[in-house]
Amino acid sequence: METVWQNHRLTILALVALILVAASSIVIVPETHQAVKIRTGEPVSVINRFDPDRPYGQTGAGLWYRVPLVERIQYVDRRIMDLDMEGETVLSNDQQRLEVNAYARFRIFDPVLFVERAGSEEQLRNQLEPILTSVLRQELGRRTFASLLTPERGNAMSNIREALDRQARQYGAQVLDVRIKRADLPQGTPLQAAFTRMQSDRQEEAETIRARGRRDAQIIRAEAEAAAARIYAEAFNKDPDFYDFYRAMQSYRQTFQTGSGSSSIILDEGNAYLRQFRNGGSR
Amino acid sequence: MIERIVLAMAGKRSPWGKPGGDKGAGGQGDGGDAPSSGENPPKGPRNPWLPGGGSEERRRSANIEDIFKHRGPEGPRRSGGPRGPNFRLPERPGGGSWLPIILGVLAVAWLGFTSVHFIQPREQGIVTWLGSKYSHTLNPGTNFTFPWPIQSVSVENVSEIRLENIGGSGENLILTGDQNLVDLSYLIRWNIKDLVQYSFELADPVETLREVAEAAMRASVAETDLDRVLSGAGREQVETRVRTRMQAILDAYGAGIAVQGVEIARTEAPQQVIEAFNDVLAARQDAERNLNDARRYEQQLLAQAQGSAAEFNEIYEQYRLAPEVTRRRLYYETMESVLSNTDKTIVEADGVTPYLPLPELRRRAAQQAARDD
Repeated sequence: METVWQNHRLTILALVALILVAASSIVIVPETHQAVKIRTGEPVSVINRFDPDRPYGQTGAGLWYRVPLVERIQYVDRRIMDLDMEGETVLSNDQQRLEVNAYARFRIFDPVLFVERAGSEEQLRNQLEPILTSVLRQELGRRTFASLLTPERGNAMSNIREALDRQARQYGAQVLDVRIKRADLPQGTPLQAAFTRMQSDRQEEAETIRARGRRDAQIIRAEAEAAAARIYAEAFNKDPDFYDFYRAMQSYRQTFQTGSGSSSIILDEGNAYLRQFRNGGSR
Repeated sequence: MIERIVLAMAGKRSPWGKPGGDKGAGGQGDGGDAPSSGENPPKGPRNPWLPGGGSEERRRSANIEDIFKHRGPEGPRRSGGPRGPNFRLPERPGGGSWLPIILGVLAVAWLGFTSVHFIQPREQGIVTWLGSKYSHTLNPGTNFTFPWPIQSVSVENVSEIRLENIGGSGENLILTGDQNLVDLSYLIRWNIKDLVQYSFELADPVETLREVAEAAMRASVAETDLDRVLSGAGREQVETRVRTRMQAILDAYGAGIAVQGVEIARTEAPQQVIEAFNDVLAARQDAERNLNDARRYEQQLLAQAQGSAAEFNEIYEQYRLAPEVTRRRLYYETMESVLSNTDKTIVEADGVTPYLPLPELRRRAAQQAARDD
């Protein structure tokens, strides 16, 4: 070992020095990032700048160099990033409150501007967040509550996107899309009111259904009685006189024989039933 | 365990250590090598003759291995006894070093593991130069790349359907088109459509997918009335719309994600008003029950009417053939059966005042009632 060190001391020292220089001057830029080369505080060039026309594999990603100590590399995300807005209360045109969660998607397309004005992704988000909130409030506040829920909102969203984009471009970022993730009724009175309304809606519906059921049942009964009457009439109308007799016979049986309660019948001599009894066999 | 290794090494040592053993100590080695003489016999006596070993060293070229060979095992063995740590590679027959062989094996393993890639069906791999610049995509099969770290490969399953569950835990209230609220949870089924875009285009693809899903679902539900969301037909429509919307947005982002399907898992009325919704269902049942009752009554009534009419018709047919006789017969038969079951009083002679024993009749009626009970 000592001999290796003694024989090749210079080589080893040179190798170590080379590795150190390489480590401090070689820059690896991944596909997902852009890199700004900053020479003594001044951005001089951009590596792997976002360009939609260049397919992956032909971008500027890969190995680059920098002059150690003098040049510094700042990485800037090249991908689409998101900006979230959580739970902002928006007042609609007709004074109803709506709790809105929205998101924006943006991409840094001018890393130099971004490095100069925003510095880091986190700071850019901090800058854009209040802008998104205020633009959203402004734009949604011009509309009625009902229209906030409808697809007409799309129009509002593109206005918001444009407004936010104008601001974001000052920081070298482009806003691709703004969307409302959730639009909820705020907790408390508005939500409770909606529930009460839903409840009364349902109660009304339930009562309507019940009433309709009763009505239909009644109609069915009436129709049945009419049909029965028609059937009776068709049959009995053939000989009303016989019907009268026949029905009377049935009725007597029903009343005196199978009906409840005992009956006493008093027949006097004029009774037709006793005609033969009285006449003694003569005609 | 350690002891066993020590003994095994010591045993092996004597055939390999021939030059040293033969030269240094003829008789001593004999006595020392006898296994009965102790656990550690050869070492003790041999040590003072290290200079003899030195002469051996001179014969061979000076070598790192030699330094370690003498220093390694013997040092600890003297102080720590047989139980001391004592690992050491066996020497090669030629007396050469193992180091190049180990390095060679490592190099081959490195080459093999990092430059040959077996990509399974349904998978794809992305090859990047130095982990940065995209080179190409690996398709299923055997693929060769430059070894790591010159090229590195990340493999993803692209056909696997992944599931993203939204609103699964707890209540997820969504406003419907008629400003009602519905509790909804749904599943997004998706897979990777374009691995390159998926890897490089979005900062957080899965989070983006979730947010897009939520935005699309809320927009679609807001176009639909509550009753349609709760019913099956409207649900299907919402699912289709969400899917189309999501795909359009994700394609606009270049996310490289294909939405395979959206399934609404739960649509319910909010907890606070579920009673009212259940009451509607109960009302439907009530209405149905009322209708059933009415229909039953209808059937009874019609059947009875038809029966009576048929009976009358039958009799009437016969009556027409012999009206007078039939009439009489019916009359007598009826009277017979009626009067046979009742109390009869016949008043014939003039001047007899019929006395109606009403109290007795009542008593008899009461008795009858008691008997019936």
